[in-house]
Amino acid sequence: MSGINTKSRSRGWPAWIFILPVIDFVLLIRYLLRGKNVALFNPKGVIAQQQHTLMMFTLGILLAVAIPTLFVLFYFAWKYRESNTKTKHAPESKHGRSLVLRMWLLPVTIMVVLASVMWPATHKLVPQRAIASGTEPLTIQVISLRWKWLFLYPEQQIASVNFVQIPLNRPVTFEMTADETPMSSFWIPNLGGQLYTMTSHVNRLNLMATKAGDYPGSSAEINGMGFAGMKFTARAGSAQNFDNWVQSVKQSPDSLDTTAYNKLLQPSENNPAAFYSSYEPNLYADVILKYTGPGGHTH
Amino acid sequence: MQHFLIGNLKWSSLPHEWFTIAGTLTFVMLALVVIVVITYTKRWKWLWKEWLTSVDPKKIGIMYFIAGGAMLLRGGLDALMIWLQQSLSSGSSHGYLSSDHFQQIFTAHGNIMVFFVAMAFVFGLINYIVPLQIGARDLASPFMNTLGFWMFIGGIVMVNMFFVFGGQYAATGWLAVQPLAAKQFSPGTGVDYWVWSLMISGIGTTLGAINFIMTILKMRAPGMKLKMMPLFTWGSLCSMVMAVTIFPLLTATLFLVYFDRALGTHFFTTLGGGDPMMYTNLIWMWGHPEVYVLILPAFGVFSEVVSTFSRKPIASYTSAVWGMIGVSSLALSVWLHHFFTMGASADVDAFFGLMTMIIAVPTSVLVFNWIATMYKGKIRFETPMLWFMGFVSVFAIGGISGVMLAVPPADFQLHNSLFLVAHFHSTVIGGVLFGIFCAISYWFPKFTGIRLNQRIGKYAFWCWIVGFCMSFIPMYILGFLGASRRLDHYDSSTGWQPFFIMMLIGGLIIALGVALQLAQILASFIQKNRVSNDPWDGRTLEWAAASPPQFYNFTTIPEVTSRDAYLTMKQQGLPKPTYEDIHMPKSTSVGVYIAGFATLASFGFVWDIMWLVVISMIGILIVFVRRGYDEHSEYVLTAAEIQKLEEARAKKEKELPPVTDNETIEDMGIIELIRVVLSFFLDAIRNKRWRKA
Repeated sequence: MSGINTKSRSRGWPAWIFILPVIDFVLLIRYLLRGKNVALFNPKGVIAQQQHTLMMFTLGILLAVAIPTLFVLFYFAWKYRESNTKTKHAPESKHGRSLVLRMWLLPVTIMVVLASVMWPATHKLVPQRAIASGTEPLTIQVISLRWKWLFLYPEQQIASVNFVQIPLNRPVTFEMTADETPMSSFWIPNLGGQLYTMTSHVNRLNLMATKAGDYPGSSAEINGMGFAGMKFTARAGSAQNFDNWVQSVKQSPDSLDTTAYNKLLQPSENNPAAFYSSYEPNLYADVILKYTGPGGHTH
Repeated sequence: MQHFLIGNLKWSSLPHEWFTIAGTLTFVMLALVVIVVITYTKRWKWLWKEWLTSVDPKKIGIMYFIAGGAMLLRGGLDALMIWLQQSLSSGSSHGYLSSDHFQQIFTAHGNIMVFFVAMAFVFGLINYIVPLQIGARDLASPFMNTLGFWMFIGGIVMVNMFFVFGGQYAATGWLAVQPLAAKQFSPGTGVDYWVWSLMISGIGTTLGAINFIMTILKMRAPGMKLKMMPLFTWGSLCSMVMAVTIFPLLTATLFLVYFDRALGTHFFTTLGGGDPMMYTNLIWMWGHPEVYVLILPAFGVFSEVVSTFSRKPIASYTSAVWGMIGVSSLALSVWLHHFFTMGASADVDAFFGLMTMIIAVPTSVLVFNWIATMYKGKIRFETPMLWFMGFVSVFAIGGISGVMLAVPPADFQLHNSLFLVAHFHSTVIGGVLFGIFCAISYWFPKFTGIRLNQRIGKYAFWCWIVGFCMSFIPMYILGFLGASRRLDHYDSSTGWQPFFIMMLIGGLIIALGVALQLAQILASFIQKNRVSNDPWDGRTLEWAAASPPQFYNFTTIPEVTSRDAYLTMKQQGLPKPTYEDIHMPKSTSVGVYIAGFATLASFGFVWDIMWLVVISMIGILIVFVRRGYDEHSEYVLTAAEIQKLEEARAKKEKELPPVTDNETIEDMGIIELIRVVLSFFLDAIRNKRWRKA
């Protein structure tokens, strides 16, 4: 906008001086981002990786249109300013049909390109779709409670709160529902996008970690007072690591019987991780039945 | 018995926390100051007759602006409180707000900014400008207009009432997500205030929208075909058609929420066969078009401004009109993109993603159209044009992030994050709010007959731009860092705190911008540089009217022969004014009474005081029926009277200082303004001026 600001020009400020604060701002942000987990640019799983690629592709195409558009805007603003006597003004001039055609054709083309990528990608990355891989997926059942996450491992018959261990390079299917809790959203940004958890619904989210590490997870949807503290850690490690962890949880003195579950149902905030060596086998089915009744629907 | 008399009200419902006490005190003090000033200056009768009961859309427009401006300060304070909490509340520090209180603040912030700021300004603009632009003397139903306005004020009263009674607002997000807003999870009256505040203001909006559609379709000046309408009128028409389509849906949805909460039905609950996703669908079927209701009039404003300040007709009028019609019709079929994450099938997601991308096409066409209009123009960079430049820059960011969110797999990552929040602030601040500021700086001379201070206006503009970048660029980055929205606390290990602090600083810069805008208006009224009726060399009919226009808008209804009606008139020579008898609507207090009763009824609903509801309903019925039998709602203003009024005005104008349209006049700077204001108060204190008044 420097060109327009005739007052500052008359004081003899060169136009590029306005770029300095922008550079400072960019440097400051770069400095602040050093060593930070920029989760969306730092994918650690196949889904997050593909979502990131798609995001960057979309951003790239859009910037390719927006930057020239803004450039033209500012160039016209500068060139056709009233005080510019060197250019040819043509007030009250009219435009031809070709302009209209170009005006519509350009965005239509961009949208056709974007849509032709978006449509198949949406089908490929729909959360309930199982991830193609040589290994059998691991099923983990998730129940969102006020305000903590309960994870059930049906194969291993163990349970945990606010901590979920997953094996590397093996697809994981999170089967998610909720109990006495407003709609929440299950989100591990480093591994992939989120999905709502709701009572009476079962949502399936498929993820696969490719790099070992501890990744933050949370509820992305507001669900009451303890919302901000409804966090968990997702630990991705080798298959061996996973088996060891299962064994250690099996040694846990706590087991998730009805009393323990009813205690979990009580609202509580900022819960630490907890581990249960076993749980009532029908727990997950009962939670769903509680809302749908026998013969209720799930999808 | 006690329940019958005062419902669920208890002693503990009265203010007892710092924020409710502070809020109540503020409102009481404000009311006291207003009452004292009005009583002292003996203006009660004037206020009631000239303003509160007025059916003049121009006065109602100004009242919308005042209400919207006040709510902008209220909602802006909420924004600063949110950012202050978030910049403090990291790691072991938990900030100065409880999570419940924090959640109430962001809920109120969203409601107030969308319903009572953006809607207020948009309706104010349409009220003031549309009749003038189409060469009409009044609206199709002046009574419906005042009723709609007062229902809207009732909504404002209800959204702030919780300070005094109840002490809590909804803590559910601005659209009261279900089942969080169900009785089970939100037992207090906060959500009820939310329901009834939106209910009555929403009814007001529906009434207003019907009225404007009728006005635009039936009351245009002779010769003005639909395809000759100014683009602001087109934007308003598209916006109002959408409003009529969606606001009844909101009203119905709110009733279902009320039934769930008060009568124990199970539309949106989790137990008993209800489904919260039905609510999510219904509310976004209303909610998404709602933002287009706000932005289409703004698109209209930008079209007018670019064309006027480039001294060129809009590059392609037909494209602009079809762009707006396209946006408004597509807006009704994109709502599901607000919840791709509910786990629908890929086809559903892809369809709504596609529709959302398609809606970007007419929007881009509009932007290209404005840029093409500047090509070879003779562009004057007054503040309206600056707001336009700011709008395109900020809106481009909002558009890019919007299309990114429209790609379902990307949305799974970006949804509910601060990226999303930054996105809609880019579009609503960049599009709607900048559009409103652009419109106000463009039409201020028309509203008042005086020049709007350009100098302080430019400072304000730059504060907004710098403040916006400082606040919302970090917000986008926080989204990438995986920060979800509405967090009242986060771990220090996340490293988010510096960005939240930057947002707070940006917010303070924006607050400075708002203060400068108030200073700008004050300075303009102090300097009172008179301008002509047509200071920008305008193209559309509103510039043919006097500034400020007479209450009957036009002495002679103009004949329209082209799109830029007034420009053509100027080129062909203005017709000589002729006088004729005109029918004008009488002021009516019915709107005030009906809205007053509706507010009382809402209060009764919130607190379950049924006798109050019944009495208020009967009151509404009586007032309404009486109005129906009132056959003297209009009067005739004779040609002789008009001639007298015109002559009186001409005489008065001769006594005023001359018009100063030229560019050389010096606007008051901020330091001079402070000096003038200080010396005014010093003088008042030294000479004890209040005694002499």
